Amino acid sequence: MSNLNSDALRPTEPIDWNNPRLRVAGLRKHYDQKVVLGGVDLEIYPGQIVALIGSSGSGKSTMLRCINLIEEISDGQIWLEGNDISLASIDQDAVRREIGMVFQSYNLFAHLSILDNITLALRHVQGKSKAEAEQIALGWLERIGLADKAGSYPDKLSGGQQQRTAIIRAVALNPKVLLLDEVTSALDPELVGEVLELIRDLKATGTTIIMATHELSFARDVADWVVFLDKGVVAEEGEAAEFFANPKQERTREFLTRLQR
Amino acid sequence: MTSQVIFEPSAAEVERAHIRTAKRRRSVLVSLASTVAFAVVVGFSLVSTPGWDRVAHSFFDLETGLKAWPRVIEGLLLNLRVLVFATIGVLFFGMLLAIMRTLRNPVFFPLRVFARGYVDFFRGLPLIIVLYLVGFGIPGLRLEWLGRVPAEVLGTVALILTYSAYVAEVFRAGIESIHPSQRLAARSLGLSYSQTMRLVVLPQAVRRVAPPLMNDFVSLQKDVGLISILGAVDAVRGAQIEVAKFANFTPYVVAGLLFVLLAVPSIRFADHISSKYAKREQAGSAL
Repeated sequence: MSNLNSDALRPTEPIDWNNPRLRVAGLRKHYDQKVVLGGVDLEIYPGQIVALIGSSGSGKSTMLRCINLIEEISDGQIWLEGNDISLASIDQDAVRREIGMVFQSYNLFAHLSILDNITLALRHVQGKSKAEAEQIALGWLERIGLADKAGSYPDKLSGGQQQRTAIIRAVALNPKVLLLDEVTSALDPELVGEVLELIRDLKATGTTIIMATHELSFARDVADWVVFLDKGVVAEEGEAAEFFANPKQERTREFLTRLQR
Repeated sequence: MTSQVIFEPSAAEVERAHIRTAKRRRSVLVSLASTVAFAVVVGFSLVSTPGWDRVAHSFFDLETGLKAWPRVIEGLLLNLRVLVFATIGVLFFGMLLAIMRTLRNPVFFPLRVFARGYVDFFRGLPLIIVLYLVGFGIPGLRLEWLGRVPAEVLGTVALILTYSAYVAEVFRAGIESIHPSQRLAARSLGLSYSQTMRLVVLPQAVRRVAPPLMNDFVSLQKDVGLISILGAVDAVRGAQIEVAKFANFTPYVVAGLLFVLLAVPSIRFADHISSKYAKREQAGSAL
């Protein structure tokens, strides 16, 4: 279905381990007395995929929303390419322009065609001309095999097609980091595959991705680094292969066996 | 939706289709018969009242109606002009008030309070009192720079004042009915608050509230007749003059019928929009 040109955006330089694309330190989030995130650290380097796993309510989604400044954080700091984006004085709209986010429920704009959904931010946020924006959008639609749906409205598409559109709507803006919040959780099992394949293709083009997911085998396949959140703290993290092969913590083993059963 | 014949229907389906057609024909006949019976009963009980002859003469006199016609029609043109300006004004100010009420920045606190107070006030105040206050109050101020404002202009202002409050509530309901996830998606793409409002929320909100909005405008359409109480010579006032001339009420009936005729297309249009939306929301439901 999709055959992305995998060497188009592939970073040729080796990863500079001194300069993470995004760094999170001591991130806390409280709702009144309830602690959702109790001090989380995270680093992601250009072209990497980091998978956030953990049971419902462990704070995965909240973490992504904090990084995108949709949620006000209670404590801690976040740097995007070395710039502190958690400063009170920061222009939040400007930060969100650099960070893409895709939600569980697609959230395509119901009154806009598929093409217009993708061109909206290209035109009104990045200030591109209509023609240029449409060219970019059609290029992406072509790559995911949905060019014939450009004029359709979201409610005429399957869940998988809608979610793939939502993902390229974010990717077309060329974000420094792409946040995927359980993007396959609302899909029928038979539609999960096409969305995962798109994410795999994005990795091949060098997109930097943090994804909260319940798809453990997928995380093992594509993620460079896996972070297991439990009750708002990092219970264990490590390189994907090692993490799944030899979980060190008891609760990690418990979680993995519970999901794989 | 039209179904194309892409296969040969089975015997069972052919029989079902026959029965359905027969059923439809029967229900048309039944409704026709019941309508005729109903009209006969109503007509007879009206005609058989003791005062019918006098009522027929003083309300349904064709000759008087024809004589009054030119002035009533001329008045109706004024109503139409008022309607056009009032509609534009109401859409503009209604939207403005609705947006004012949804602003969240603390700088706009006074605007938000004003919009809220305005809507409460004018939704509660009878239109006729607004007409009196504007129609006689503003000229009473004797503002030199304002000069002499025609009654129809003052009437239009009063209509806009009142209807903006109703329409603002409809718009606001529409804005609030748009799921927060739509704003979330827009903001996460980097759109600002006002861009999100203008490009994502309002277009969806306006579509959604089109049916109730049309209702308010149908209502406005007949309320333009109330400007006559300020002395503007519209269809109602024109009819009143003719009534006084002929000592016959038929001109009122003429004016009334004209208002109904004027409203029918709008009402049909409103129904059409409502059913279109209803269909979209409950696709597939045959019940």
